[in-house]
Amino acid sequence: MNLPVTSFLLYLDGVSVAFDGFRAINSLALTILPGEMRAIIGPNGAGKTTMMDIITGKTKPDTGDVLFNGSVDLTRLDEAAIANLGIGRKFQKPTVFEMHTVEDNLRLALKADRRVFRTLFWKDNESEREKINRILATIRLEHLREASAANLSHGQKQWLEIGMLLAQDPKLLLVDEPVAGMTDAETEATAHLLKEIAKDHSVIVVEHDMAFVRELGVKVTVLHEGSVLAEGPLDTVSADPRVIEVYLGR
Amino acid sequence: MITQAILARLDLRGRLFLGAILAALILVPVLNLIVPAGSPLHVPTWLVSLLGKYLCYAILALALDLVWGYCGILSLGHGAFFALGGYAMGMYLMRQIGTRGVYGHPVLPDFMVFLNWKELPWFWYGFDMFPFALLMVFLAPGILAFVFGWFAFRSRVTGVYLSIITQALTYALMLAFFRNDMGFGGNNGLTDFKDIVGFPVQAQGTRVALFALTLIALAGSYILARAIVTSKAGKVLVAIRDAESRTRFLGFRVERYKLFVFTLSAMMAGLAGALYVPQVGIINPSEFAPGNSIEVVIWVAVGGRGTLVGAAIGAILVNFAKTTFTTGALAPYWLFALGALFVLTTLYMPKGVIGTYAEWREKRREKASLAAHAASKPAE
Repeated sequence: MNLPVTSFLLYLDGVSVAFDGFRAINSLALTILPGEMRAIIGPNGAGKTTMMDIITGKTKPDTGDVLFNGSVDLTRLDEAAIANLGIGRKFQKPTVFEMHTVEDNLRLALKADRRVFRTLFWKDNESEREKINRILATIRLEHLREASAANLSHGQKQWLEIGMLLAQDPKLLLVDEPVAGMTDAETEATAHLLKEIAKDHSVIVVEHDMAFVRELGVKVTVLHEGSVLAEGPLDTVSADPRVIEVYLGR
Repeated sequence: MITQAILARLDLRGRLFLGAILAALILVPVLNLIVPAGSPLHVPTWLVSLLGKYLCYAILALALDLVWGYCGILSLGHGAFFALGGYAMGMYLMRQIGTRGVYGHPVLPDFMVFLNWKELPWFWYGFDMFPFALLMVFLAPGILAFVFGWFAFRSRVTGVYLSIITQALTYALMLAFFRNDMGFGGNNGLTDFKDIVGFPVQAQGTRVALFALTLIALAGSYILARAIVTSKAGKVLVAIRDAESRTRFLGFRVERYKLFVFTLSAMMAGLAGALYVPQVGIINPSEFAPGNSIEVVIWVAVGGRGTLVGAAIGAILVNFAKTTFTTGALAPYWLFALGALFVLTTLYMPKGVIGTYAEWREKRREKASLAAHAASKPAE
């Protein structure tokens, strides 16, 4: 492996991608420090989800560098390899395995050997069960351990998915609109949960909900038309005339 | 020890299924060999072979259910793997004929003499030895499935597109095997078998033994499939079926899981074909016909997709219906009946016979417990 080029956990520079001529991401530059929590905001179509797709290997950028851990070139790897490097992702629409129980969802996500034959001959063990219990407690779904994931409420599914991220124990978590469709009380609990997680993980949160971003109290990056418009504390950013124009001008 | 480990992985349905297999394993040979021919309880030998044929189909259906029911790979080409296993066994049986063929050639099967071939093609070498042929029963379909799956799954071909190319695969093989130059007997296929491991194929004892072996193979395939679907890897397969990209983002190499289960399933289908050929006495390219593979899907759908036992039962039920239908005055209408069966199952019993029965029982139990609850409550 190459020598570290940067000390950033995640380093994006000059990244561009176009779909049928539409530039979804336009020479984007973004850096995340180890242990940092970052909120990313931006109007619809700003390229937030595409950016996540690029980081997790779903979309390959046309140009630009995407480095993880200072040296690993993410543009050369596929989704599974990137996930195993330690990048976890929560989707905008909660996607859990509906046919499996809450416990099995976490068990599948739990950091372990992912190879076919290892998984085939896998045996239930105490340390895994303990980890699952801890996560169930964190996401407050202990009482639903045996329930099928299909029967969870929307908010519970969001939490289960966050729990699955925790089970993966990634170095970097990408969380796409975690509070979409949640009640105020759930939103508050989620903010609390994410802050808890950010204590020992790096987190990128994409969110529309300004109250929620304020609640998180972290550095904010504003995306617009595929590149960074402004960066800094929420108060500074929201006072920026360009940001106001983008958000209120339309 | 091993029995315990097996039983621990089975639910009630699985135990009943294995129990039924065990019962048939004892009853059918007794009713055929010991009960005299005049008795109404006597099972004639032709019926034993017919049942054996159904059981081969049950193994094939089980193999398809493993990939379709649990991993969402709708293979419309499983008939090809079945036929390849059948051809491997057929080649062995051809080599056993020896000088008893019409032309009496010690090495070359009749059709090669007829085609004026002077020596055995290289790919027929070794098939005079049973262990080699048995190996090929698994390897021929297994390697084809591996190579096919390696390309298809790595390129992320899924859904309808995958189904269509599996149809193309079996159709291409059918056309190839129809050609005389391929060296597999052209459109006549392989037939006129005499011996299998030293026993005459047509003899009553051999037929009963083949039937029993098919039952054991069905039980073995079921136990293996059940062990896979109840393991953690089985949960990954279901995860792939329901949310493939999510599974990828969790770090599972989806294509490898698919390749594993597809190859294993193909080998299971090959075994079914190998047991089928000595019992029906012929293998020809029509076994590769695309329609055959589609019929397997119907068996699984009728029995209950993703239940394993349902797939086996569906295969037996539909084929029993087929035999009854096509031997009577209704014979010309069988394909309509089959089509109607598939449509009706999809519309009214999407979970198949087994799934619908399980649902009905669940409802009845709920009702009973509600009634019991109401009765135990004192009147207020």
